[in-house]
Amino acid sequence: MTSVDRTSVATTAAGSDIPRPPRRRRSAGGWLLIALPYAWLIVFFLAPFFIVFKISLSEIAVAIPPYLPTIDLAEGWSNVVDAVGAFSLENYIWLTQDDLYWKSYLSSVKIAATSTLITLIIGYPIAYGMARAPREWRATLLMLVILPFWTSFLIRVYAWIGILKNEGLLNQALLWIGVIDQPLTILNTNIAVYIGIVYSYLPFLVLPLYANLEKLDISLLEAAGDLGCPPWRTFWTITVPLSMPGIIAGCFLVFIPAVGEFVIPDLLGGSDTLMIGKTLWTEFFTNRDWPVSSAVAVILLLILVVPIVLFQNQQQKAMEKSQ
Amino acid sequence: MRKGASWFNVTSLVLGFAFLYLPIVLLVIYSFNESRLVTVWGGFSTKWYVELLSNQQLLDAAWVTVRVAFFSATLATALGTLAAIVLARSGRFVGRTLFSGMVYAPLVMPEVILGLSLLLLFVAVDQARGFWTIMIAHTTFAMCYVAVVVQSRLAGFDRALEEAAQDLGCPPLRTFFSVTLPIILPGVIAGWMLAFTLSLDDLVIASFTTGPEATTLPMKIYSQVRLGVTPEINAVCTILVGLVTVIVVTASIVTKRQEVLKERDMRQAEAQA
Repeated sequence: MTSVDRTSVATTAAGSDIPRPPRRRRSAGGWLLIALPYAWLIVFFLAPFFIVFKISLSEIAVAIPPYLPTIDLAEGWSNVVDAVGAFSLENYIWLTQDDLYWKSYLSSVKIAATSTLITLIIGYPIAYGMARAPREWRATLLMLVILPFWTSFLIRVYAWIGILKNEGLLNQALLWIGVIDQPLTILNTNIAVYIGIVYSYLPFLVLPLYANLEKLDISLLEAAGDLGCPPWRTFWTITVPLSMPGIIAGCFLVFIPAVGEFVIPDLLGGSDTLMIGKTLWTEFFTNRDWPVSSAVAVILLLILVVPIVLFQNQQQKAMEKSQ
Repeated sequence: MRKGASWFNVTSLVLGFAFLYLPIVLLVIYSFNESRLVTVWGGFSTKWYVELLSNQQLLDAAWVTVRVAFFSATLATALGTLAAIVLARSGRFVGRTLFSGMVYAPLVMPEVILGLSLLLLFVAVDQARGFWTIMIAHTTFAMCYVAVVVQSRLAGFDRALEEAAQDLGCPPLRTFFSVTLPIILPGVIAGWMLAFTLSLDDLVIASFTTGPEATTLPMKIYSQVRLGVTPEINAVCTILVGLVTVIVVTASIVTKRQEVLKERDMRQAEAQA
C-alpha cells in the first residue's frame, strides 16, 4: 500500500459514516498482548546480538567463559568502565589479515547467489505448472511441495550422500547406461553443495512464487495471445513482470539463509569448500575462539542486513495489501 | 498453443516432483536393505529397524527431542499467535517497525548466528545449558513461523464478527476465545505442527545451545552421518519421514473436511434465512 492509499484510508476513517468504529483506547489487556511477544523477542532475539557484538571486541582467554574482559555489574561501575576500556578491534583486524575469512565470505555469497539462480530456473516452471494445473489438483500439488519442506533438512541432505558418492546410486546408474566409464567425483565438491542447496531450498522459492502466479489474471495472457503476441514474448513481457514480487520473495528466502548455511557444505562439500557458516562453526567448536567467531558473525550480519531489510519491507507491503 | 503449453507444464511438474521425491524414496528403499553396504542391494530385510530398538542412546535422544519439540511448539504457538494478532490488529504503536522486524528476521537469519547469539546470552547470564536452553532457543525462532502462518489466517478474516460480539457486550477476552480463536484455529494448529517439526529437525541451534546432558536426535544423526552412510541411519530417517508424512497428511485432510462442513452449514443457514 502506498502512502497515498494510507492517507486516504485515514481521511475516510475520520469521516462520519464509515463502517469502521472509532479506535478504542487501548486497555491494559491490550498492552499486555503487545508486551508479551515483544519482551520475548527483545530478550531472546535482539539482546543476544549486543552480547555477540560485545564479545567480538573481547580477547580470547583460557578461562570460563573463554574470553576477557567479563563485565560483572556486582563489582560496581568502575569494573564496567575498565572492561569497556579493554575492548579492542583486534579480532576484526585479524579477520582482514587472514585470507581464510574474506575468502569464505566471498565464496559463500557466490555459492548462495549461484544456487539461488539455479533454484529460480528450476522452481519457476514448477510454480507455473502448479498455478496452471486444473483447480482440483492444486491443493494436492501444493501439499506435495510442502511435504519435503516439513521433512528434516538433515535427512534430505543425508539422502544425497548415498546418491552422489563415487560408488553411489547416480554413478551406478550412469555406468549402467554407459554414459560414463569412470565414476564421477561429485560428493565433496562444490557441485554437491549446489545440488544440496537447490534441493533443500526449492520449496521456499516455489511457494511464494506459486501464491503469486495463481492470482495472475489469465485474461491478460489471452488478450496478448489474441493480439498475436507469441507465447515466449507474452511470458517475458507480462507473466514475469507481474510475478516479480513472488520472484523477489522467493529469492530472498533462498539467498539469505544459504549464505550462512552450515550443514550442506559440511556434509556434501569438500575440504576446499569455503563457506562462512562452516568457518564460524570450526572457529567456535574446534578452535574454541569465541571472540573471533563473534566477530565473524557480526560481519556476516552486516553483509546480510541489506537483503534482510529489503525482504522485510517486501513482506510488510504484501501484508498491508492483503488486509 | 494451449496444448503445447500444458504439455510443457506437465513435464516440468513431473520432473520437478521427481527431483523433490526421488532422494527420499531411495533413502526409504535402502533402509530395508539386507546388506550393510548401503548402495548395494542385498535383499529385503527389516533387521535395521529391529536393531534400532536396542540402541538405547538413540532412543534417549529421540525422547529428549520429542519433549523439547512439544514444549517449544506449545509455547511458540501461544507467543506466535499473540504476535500475529498484534501485527494484524494493533494498528500503529511505538516500536511497531522494530516488532515486525523481529518477527520476520528469524525466518531468514542464518542458524549459525541465531545459535551463537543465544548461547552467548545464556553464558552471559550464567545459565546452565541443556534441555531448557534448547527449548527457549527453539521457541524463539519457531514463534516467528507461527506468527506468519496465523497472520495469513487473520488477514482473510471478517472483522465485523468480532465487532458484533463486542457491540453486544461480550468482553474482549471472551470475544477472543469464542469468536476469534475458532476461526483462526486451523492456522494455529498448522503453526503448532510447523513449530513442532522445526524443533524436531533442528541441528545447528540445538548444537550451540545444548549442554553435556541433553543430546537431540539430529545431533546424534549428524555425528553418525559424518562417519558415513549406514543402514541404521536410513532406518531412523525413514521412521521420521513416515511420522511427519502421517501428521501432515492427516492434518490437511482434517482441516479440509472442516472447511467443507463449514461451507455446508453456511449454505444451509443461507437457505433458511
